Amino acid sequence: MDQSQLLLAVAAGLFTIGLLGVVIRRNALVMLMCMELMLNGVNLSLVTFSQQRGDAAGAVMVFLTFVVATAEVALAIPIVLLLVKHARSLDVDRYSELKG
Amino acid sequence: MLFLREPMRVALALITSMTSLGAVYGLMGVHFIAAFQVVIYVGAVMVFMVYVIMLLEVKEAPGSRRFSKVVLPGVVVGVLLLAALGAGMLRGTGSTGTLPGEGRQAFSLVEFSSAFLTQYWLVFELTTVFLVGAIVAALAVVNVSRRRQG
Repeated sequence: MDQSQLLLAVAAGLFTIGLLGVVIRRNALVMLMCMELMLNGVNLSLVTFSQQRGDAAGAVMVFLTFVVATAEVALAIPIVLLLVKHARSLDVDRYSELKG
Repeated sequence: MLFLREPMRVALALITSMTSLGAVYGLMGVHFIAAFQVVIYVGAVMVFMVYVIMLLEVKEAPGSRRFSKVVLPGVVVGVLLLAALGAGMLRGTGSTGTLPGEGRQAFSLVEFSSAFLTQYWLVFELTTVFLVGAIVAALAVVNVSRRRQG
């Protein structure tokens, strides 16, 4: 297993841990943080591929991912604050009445 | 991150992993991405997250469950995803060689920024539009909460 394969394996592991966290945890903030971990894994794989090919396209994509992650947090945190004010809990199962 | 109960400990674990990822980027030779990883992720996103955790301070009930009902299918799907990614990685990148770490120099900041501002200028401009849209959406969410209060 060479160097880039090791980095890609780390990226796959980060992505899987993040996805597992989003699926199995119930705390809304922990789920948000696991989404950040998934974005980190994708970033690592993009940087690895961009280093492999020796061109800058992957790094440009990484910057766009930074922007997306920042905007996601800036939007998701007020929504989580609203939900907590509404349901008095961070448990996502408590939000099941939000239908329609 | 999967097993810690307190959100603050999860945040500290995530900050540690992000900082180490920044160190990995630095060792790979992309120093500007390492700097941005630390500045944007740890310095902005995670500080915001920690601030919100301290602000909310919602006490969960002592007997509350940590995991959701789909923990078993979730673990199965996670293992399957990891196996699929590993298989694709071993098949796709079998003989690519190593990174341009020691011999060939990685692309520099100059190369990156000129590509960013000439070849990908449209993406850059669209990013600004996207950020404005995100700000407007965040203001709309704040407005909803204010209307509900008053």
